[in-house]
Amino acid sequence: MIHSLFLINCSGDIFLEKHWKSVVSQSVCDYFFEAQEKAADVENVPPVISTPHHYLISIYRDKLFFVSVIQTEVPPLFVIEFLHRVADTFQDYFGECSEAAIKDNVVIVYELLEEMLDNGFPLATESNILKELIKPPTILRSVVNSITGSSNVGDTLPTGQLSNIPWRRAGVKYTNNEAYFDVVEEIDAIIDKSGSTVFAEIQGVIDACIKLSGMPDLSLSFMNPRLLDDVSFHPCIRFKRWESERILSFIPPDGNFRLISYRVSSQNLVAIPVYVKHSISFKENSSCGRFDITIGPKQNMGKTIEGITVTVHMPKVVLNMNLTTTQGSYTFDPVTKVLTWDVGKITPQKLPSLKGLVNLQSGAPKPEENPSLNIQFKIQQLAISGLKVNRLDMYGEKYKPFKGVKYVTKAGKFQVYY
Amino acid sequence: MSAAPAYSEDKGGSAGPGEPEYGHDPASGGIFSSDYKRHDDLKEMLDTNKDSLKLEAMKRIVAMIARGKNASDLFPAVVKNVACKNIEVKKLVYVYLVRYAEEQQDLALLSISTFQRGLKDPNQLIRASALRVLSSIRVPIIVPIMMLAIKEAASDMSPYVRKTAAHAIPKLYSLDSDQKDQLIEVIEKLLADKTTLVAGSVVMAFEEVCPERIDLIHKNYRKLCNLLIDVEEWGQVVIISMLTRYARTQFLSPTQNESLLEENAEKAFYGSEEDEAKGAGSEETAAAALPARKPYIMDPDHRLLLRNTKPLLQSRSAAVVMAVAQLYFHLAPKAEVGVIAKALVRLLRSHSEVQYVVLQNVATMSIKRRGMFEPYLKSFYIRSTDPTQIKILKLEVLTNLANETNIPTVLREFQTYIRSMDKDFVAATIQAIGRCATNIGRVRDTCLNGLVQLLSNRDELVVAESVVVIKKLLQMQPAQHGEIIKHLAKLTDNIQVPMARASILWLIGEYCEHVPRIAPDVLRKMAKSFTAEEDIVKLQVINLAAKLYLTNSKQTKLLTQYVLSLAKYDQNYDIRDRARFTRQLIVPSEQGGALSRHAKKLFLAPKPAPVLESSFKDRDHFQLGSLSHLLNAKATGYQELPDWPEEAPDPSVRNVEVPEWTKCSNREKRKEKEKPFYSDSEGESGPTESADSDPESESESDSKSSSESGSGESSSESDNEDQDEDEEKGRGSESEQSEEDGKRKTKKKVPEGKGEASSSDEDSDSSSSTSESEMTSESEEEQLEPASWRRKTPPSSKRAPATKEISLLDLEDFTPPSVQPVSPPAIVSTSLAADLEGLTLTDSTLVPSLLSPVSRVGRQELLHRVAGEGLVVDYTFSRQPFSGDPHMVSVHIHFSNSSDTPIKGLHVGTPKLPAGISIQEFPEIESLAPGESATAVMGINFCDSTQAANFQLCTQTRQFYVSIQPPVGELMAPVFMSENEFKKEQGKLMGMNEITEKLMLPDTCRSDHVVVQKVTATANLGRVPCGTSDEYRFAGRTLTSGSLVLLTLDARQAGAAQLTVNSEKMVIGTMLVKDVIQALTQ
Repeated sequence: MIHSLFLINCSGDIFLEKHWKSVVSQSVCDYFFEAQEKAADVENVPPVISTPHHYLISIYRDKLFFVSVIQTEVPPLFVIEFLHRVADTFQDYFGECSEAAIKDNVVIVYELLEEMLDNGFPLATESNILKELIKPPTILRSVVNSITGSSNVGDTLPTGQLSNIPWRRAGVKYTNNEAYFDVVEEIDAIIDKSGSTVFAEIQGVIDACIKLSGMPDLSLSFMNPRLLDDVSFHPCIRFKRWESERILSFIPPDGNFRLISYRVSSQNLVAIPVYVKHSISFKENSSCGRFDITIGPKQNMGKTIEGITVTVHMPKVVLNMNLTTTQGSYTFDPVTKVLTWDVGKITPQKLPSLKGLVNLQSGAPKPEENPSLNIQFKIQQLAISGLKVNRLDMYGEKYKPFKGVKYVTKAGKFQVYY
Repeated sequence: MSAAPAYSEDKGGSAGPGEPEYGHDPASGGIFSSDYKRHDDLKEMLDTNKDSLKLEAMKRIVAMIARGKNASDLFPAVVKNVACKNIEVKKLVYVYLVRYAEEQQDLALLSISTFQRGLKDPNQLIRASALRVLSSIRVPIIVPIMMLAIKEAASDMSPYVRKTAAHAIPKLYSLDSDQKDQLIEVIEKLLADKTTLVAGSVVMAFEEVCPERIDLIHKNYRKLCNLLIDVEEWGQVVIISMLTRYARTQFLSPTQNESLLEENAEKAFYGSEEDEAKGAGSEETAAAALPARKPYIMDPDHRLLLRNTKPLLQSRSAAVVMAVAQLYFHLAPKAEVGVIAKALVRLLRSHSEVQYVVLQNVATMSIKRRGMFEPYLKSFYIRSTDPTQIKILKLEVLTNLANETNIPTVLREFQTYIRSMDKDFVAATIQAIGRCATNIGRVRDTCLNGLVQLLSNRDELVVAESVVVIKKLLQMQPAQHGEIIKHLAKLTDNIQVPMARASILWLIGEYCEHVPRIAPDVLRKMAKSFTAEEDIVKLQVINLAAKLYLTNSKQTKLLTQYVLSLAKYDQNYDIRDRARFTRQLIVPSEQGGALSRHAKKLFLAPKPAPVLESSFKDRDHFQLGSLSHLLNAKATGYQELPDWPEEAPDPSVRNVEVPEWTKCSNREKRKEKEKPFYSDSEGESGPTESADSDPESESESDSKSSSESGSGESSSESDNEDQDEDEEKGRGSESEQSEEDGKRKTKKKVPEGKGEASSSDEDSDSSSSTSESEMTSESEEEQLEPASWRRKTPPSSKRAPATKEISLLDLEDFTPPSVQPVSPPAIVSTSLAADLEGLTLTDSTLVPSLLSPVSRVGRQELLHRVAGEGLVVDYTFSRQPFSGDPHMVSVHIHFSNSSDTPIKGLHVGTPKLPAGISIQEFPEIESLAPGESATAVMGINFCDSTQAANFQLCTQTRQFYVSIQPPVGELMAPVFMSENEFKKEQGKLMGMNEITEKLMLPDTCRSDHVVVQKVTATANLGRVPCGTSDEYRFAGRTLTSGSLVLLTLDARQAGAAQLTVNSEKMVIGTMLVKDVIQALTQ
């Protein structure tokens, strides 16, 4: 299936290659560079490129291209999914998925890639199994290793690979047994000029951090599970139980993982916590324009909205902006034409606003295209959909774990039309 | 960004060829020498004894490989370390080896022996990793070794090793495709594997090696469907896409009915695939006509696939969701396809690459099944932050979804897009508007007006694109749009984009009648700028000139000639050709004329309006989700998705005789025989039989077959039947056989009249298992509990389990087995537990074959013909638990009457028994006609001794003294144990209780299967799984006291072996050792 993998950085250096079958020359990447040049923007490089003898399937993650070489028919999503899994693994192991991290740990990277694919077909991709095979580097361990000459490769055998719950490693032991769940909801919305909602939905995830000894069997129930419209599960979850009782029943992997992701899409359920008033106008035959934007809270369920950032992509003819703000700070990048306004917290007494002049290139006609406006914000201790975890029960182990649930609401793809 | 590739090319140009060279090319000068030294010190480090130095060296080498540098000259130094103890060094050496072995084949061979040793390691993970590396070394010379290793690993006990074997198959195949036939055998074997671990990998191998052998799937189809949810994600994708293909060849189209409907309604189109809604009226008439036809009923297997894949739509893996979606799209009835939309929409939140692929597929689906995605229209709305390629795909989907009702919303949305900053996207939006306008007549004018407004846009690209689209729209109804054409004509002064200019010129030429005043003026302007125009524009200028010449030659004659003259000397030959051709055609000359008379018709023929359609139309002939679909071209290795068959192939090919999860334990044994279950047992009993085919011997062989299948086996089987009643049909062979049996029984019925309870017992069995045979009605009168075996009876109920027991064990045995119904023997429950344990997904082969082969002691004579005055009596040890009393050995007694008078009232007379021994008599046989035979079962409790049981066999007239002496091996019953339990128990039975003997195994008796067969034939013991290959373990319990009997055979080099028996009953132990040694050495 997957023949080879090349890792390429933004400046076009191939800094790692790995082949699972016969060696494919680096020159195959020239086709990729060609496509990249044509696409102009990194995001627009087509994920699948057909070349005379091979197919290239690539992903772009964290300023790196993962380019895989395929020779025969294979579902493209299979490869894409796998490449993302590779990137996730790097992230998991090294804390970041960057060129420097990969170069520093090239041997571990190679060992990982070796275990993840066999002859191009995925072998061990579960983080729990991989960590049994190859221990992630830590400062302490690297010091110890350099003194004792021991290695990162686990000398225990990966028994997890053999069990029928392959996602959990055996013999987990903690002195403090804890289970934390983060309910994170993101609001995706499109708001039109008049401020009414064109489209809104909530994308939620429950991320878990489970540090429990032995083989705990957990069940998590919600106060209002009917809210969840469309759910996707971690493989550990017993689907039947959910179907019949709407309870999440599972033996968790050890450590951090995403338990479920869900969607609440019926629009009347989606409250929009902020509103934006904005205007931009250009005078005919002058290289000046007025810009004005105000942001305020709306349906915030009594919680403070914080971490507000407004990003505006200005038209290309905008040369500079001369603004004053009542709160926070703003920057305008004259190259990318992006105005970023870091607002911070909203206090209802005094609504933050940003207004001032827009300078256009002299002689350029008044721009016809509209700027687009993206908003980021965060509300702590609130799941905007109203989803509430009811209780967490543990079976199969004797001890009493410490349990915690945290709720956060964020703006996802939150866009306001001009 | 544009600088980046240039930079890399630059680098590739200079450093590319230079860099790797300094490693191995002595000619590359000064820098090289230091580099060479560096490799030298790596070699030195590899040669030391210190693991840490070796590790350091290997790490540096791997880093070199990772950067794509050549490290092949280190091969000899590295390969030496292949047997290194340090596990990390070893792993890195493997990495190196796999990378360079292909280039250094001879040296690579040095490492092979290490892997061969590894293949024999007791640790499954080491076996697996040895096989993995061995098969990854692409050295053709070792193909036979690889083949051997794969074959061996395919029957390894560890599912992990078997998985590795499945992975190795495509590797070997790509190395040497001549091995295909052998590999297919291995694949076939692995396909039958029960574990989720193996399933994905073997299907992958199947797809790469022999995707055309769809017949291999039949028997495994249901199993794959059922395992699917527990297979890991990658395997799921592969299995689902294979099953999609499979289903297309094996089932009927679920939309068949709909096409029939249509056929009825329209009496025309055959097999039309039209999916769009039909008129209500036609549906009614069709519905009326429908009952006449055979209604479509979905094959239960087809339904099974749909049902079992549906939960996977909730998988976290996009690849799995897509796989299920395509399966539903290609296989599900129209009404059910809708479920996939929600899951696909969910994927749109994923990474942009995932979105890209999903949108491509949604675009294709939305053409065929628009309704499916309509509720999710807004999910395809475009955000300014989306990458352009995503925007364009979303636009495609939105356009496909637009219909009469939602078009206002869609158009409003499009209006927003037009003001986007992304120009490519704006252009695409304009085209999308054009497509909406052509598809939906109602909004055509609105769209056209909107587009015309765009003509005053300041951005030239927008204008140009609008012109092109307007041109297409105008072609549909030119008469009403003179104004627009005039407007466009004015644009020629400003607009510079060639495509747009060409479009305007074409429009003016085509509809010059509507703008008679302007057209010549435009031509005048174009003639002036002719030389500066792009080629496509020039061609259109010629075109315009020609058309005007034909309609309005008075005004334009000179202009046309001027243009044609210019074109005659153009640099482009196309234009020159066109000019020459046009001149000949339109300007009347002396000789030509024939064509020029028709010039007007040629140039001004009414042209059909272009159809604006999606580029995704008809892409669904590629399997969705595939690479080929994405590229819209057949990729290498793409398996065509077959059309539905017109007639469904035989669905019974998927029937599996032995229910799912008991099969694995059968399998162990079956392997040796390679015959289907039922026929096998009959055939097998042949050797112990005389070749005669009278009903008696046949019935005996039948009873043997059931005895062979053993207690654990059959009880679990019955259990399973409870679960899948609907698989009843699948058990054809069984019912057939019992039907046969039933017929025999009708014959027998007369002498059997009495014994209400017992015969009813037995009758209910036969009738229930032959539920479809005609026999049922005949035995009706005596039937008390029809189909009782099918009910899941609680263990507390005494009668029912016994019935159940008998029904499966003594299926063919038609002498009343026992008088009082009792609970099933304990042994059954233990072995049932064993089988349940086998259910756990990981390790099915560990479940031992509890089924013991037929006792070595074949039929023994109880009463000779002469002594019995015509009555011949034989007995056999059936090895099935005696249903009356678990402590009893069940003995089958066969009577046959060779005299010429009937023998009446056969029964057991007063037995004279040694202390402790007891007998459960068989019910009296009323009468045995001359030439007839009968079989009865009696139970004897030998009290764990080999003393003979003496008793009298009485007829109405005579008494015979007979005795039965059991071989020691028949005094026990097999018991299930794990290896650990075995060891634990063995530990308790040391010292006095252990008897050890040495022996030499003859050559004929060194293979696994022979040894196992011989031991189990001698003694009724169960095999215990064992980690090492040359050790055999068996366990059983004596029947009366239930003491453990553990037997270990340790085969060593050259046939030497050691036999150990551990048992509390020392006498039995000693005798057993003697018997087993005798059996093995003979």
